[in-house]
Amino acid sequence: MAALLLRRLARHLVLAVLATSLAYLLAAVALDPRAGYEGRAPRPPEAVIDARLSALNLNDRTPLADRYRTWAAGVLRGDFGRTWDGDPVNAELWRRLGVSLRLVLPGAVLGCVLGVLLGAHAAARRGRTADRLITLGSCVLLAVPVFVLAMLLQIAATKANQIMGVRVFVWVGESTPGASSWPDRARHLVLPTAAIALAQLAVYCRYQRGMMLDVLHADFVRTARAKGLRRRSALLRHGLRTALIPMTTYIAYASGFLILGGVFAEKIFGRHGLGEWLVDSITRGDVNAVAAIECVAVCGVLLAGLVSDVLHGVLDPRVRGAA
Amino acid sequence: MIARPGAGNRRVVAGLALLALLFSLVSFGPLVSPWGWDDTDFAAFRQGPSATHWLGTTQSGRDVFALTLRGARKSLLIGVFVAVISTGLAAVVGTAAGYAGGRVDRILMRGVDLLLVLPPLLIVVVLAPRISGGVPVLVALLAAFMWMVTARMVRAMTVSLREREYVLAARFLGVSAPRVIVRHVLPQLASLLAVDASLNVSVAIIAESGLSYLGLGVRPPDVSLGTLIADGHGAAAVRPWPFGFAAGLLVLIVLAVNLLGDGLRDVLDPTGDGR
Repeated sequence: MAALLLRRLARHLVLAVLATSLAYLLAAVALDPRAGYEGRAPRPPEAVIDARLSALNLNDRTPLADRYRTWAAGVLRGDFGRTWDGDPVNAELWRRLGVSLRLVLPGAVLGCVLGVLLGAHAAARRGRTADRLITLGSCVLLAVPVFVLAMLLQIAATKANQIMGVRVFVWVGESTPGASSWPDRARHLVLPTAAIALAQLAVYCRYQRGMMLDVLHADFVRTARAKGLRRRSALLRHGLRTALIPMTTYIAYASGFLILGGVFAEKIFGRHGLGEWLVDSITRGDVNAVAAIECVAVCGVLLAGLVSDVLHGVLDPRVRGAA
Repeated sequence: MIARPGAGNRRVVAGLALLALLFSLVSFGPLVSPWGWDDTDFAAFRQGPSATHWLGTTQSGRDVFALTLRGARKSLLIGVFVAVISTGLAAVVGTAAGYAGGRVDRILMRGVDLLLVLPPLLIVVVLAPRISGGVPVLVALLAAFMWMVTARMVRAMTVSLREREYVLAARFLGVSAPRVIVRHVLPQLASLLAVDASLNVSVAIIAESGLSYLGLGVRPPDVSLGTLIADGHGAAAVRPWPFGFAAGLLVLIVLAVNLLGDGLRDVLDPTGDGR
């Protein structure tokens, strides 16, 4: 198992280096930080702009290879460079990463667990009312993009607040200014968590139902029943465990969607996280900030891949044996 | 999953019917609407539904009905084009890698892995401000980041098809590689590609409206469902019409396409597990 993980880690490292380099090069080619300085009134002299851009390693007149080398050397030392305003990227990056993670993680975990359970339940009740309701619900939910879902929840919450006359649901920012106690933070998290969890739940539920249907009539489940286990425990202990194995691969794939959902959730629920920073940085042409965010995203996807490898190993003894 | 062509058929029919309805609404709606999408009624700002403005007006006095249909048509067109292009690209790359094998295969699949690790929308978002060419460039950009998973599936199937007797026979007869792929490999992949293309339509529509929502896709003065949803969101609690109609159309389009794609998969591939 350890050897397998190490091998995977090495392959992931190569991919991470390639992917982050590609991300930087794309950002450096596509974005135009000069335009922002030239748009200032009064317009600074050419030489001043050049000097400023060079100092920040943003000058588009320096060859791309040189800029890349400076950037890569910085990243190797753990320094993502400076933003368009000259502030260090690192501090801002970690602060905003915390905001984003606190926003997205509860919903992601909740959505994943609930989705798997609902999918398995639907498969076990195949063809009955519960199955039809769950299948229909996930089908409709899948058709609703995250940002529409978040807005619908917000509108519903506004109406609910009006009807009840008290502000039960609040969502702007991480906490009410001045009062950052735990219950208050949790209250602010309810709507974003629901939006992200519902979006994730639909996808997981559908896949899990398909997987579970495959193992429903498998011989090992029949054997377990023949040993005298009740249907429920045979399905949970032997069926679900096998049906979860393909899902572990899916976690890595779903993490990309999660990052995406996070961008919209931040915008709609007024959080100042990485997604908001990404959109702002792109409009400002802030190459270093964009590259840093993409690095974090790439690492996130690869980390999810690693997590799925570990889960796969935990669930499937053959993988552990093969290593 | 046991084959249930009945359920698949029903879903295909439902999806097709819904799509036909939406297409006719989008194409004939503007003909019967009293207002054009780019007309401004200076006598009616922020109005509710009425006889002159069927779904009310926006705050700048534009007709919501005409505007939303225009946006829906744009989103549908973008979705269809992106799906066709990306599935085509996946077919070309996948069959080339699977059929050629060896070094070509390794290089192409490394490239696919690399693109899979980079979250596609982040790349599209970075590149989007640079696009001044409007919709065609947006279509190309979206298509360029949606073909990777399909390409992997196509490659896996091509690798197994390559060793079939009839493919071998064609090869030994001296038929050129592109011809073998087109005449003997691609027909076997047709159902996979058809299903994938139809599911990609919904992915593309969601991606496009998401980008436009962030202000990075379709730009004003042109409209798409994403920009309309973004515009209508602020006042949605007070005046639900602009937001509700655009969001409802978007959900219905995606639902119809998903139904069609899932149903097609069940019908064309009864041995599949119905995922």
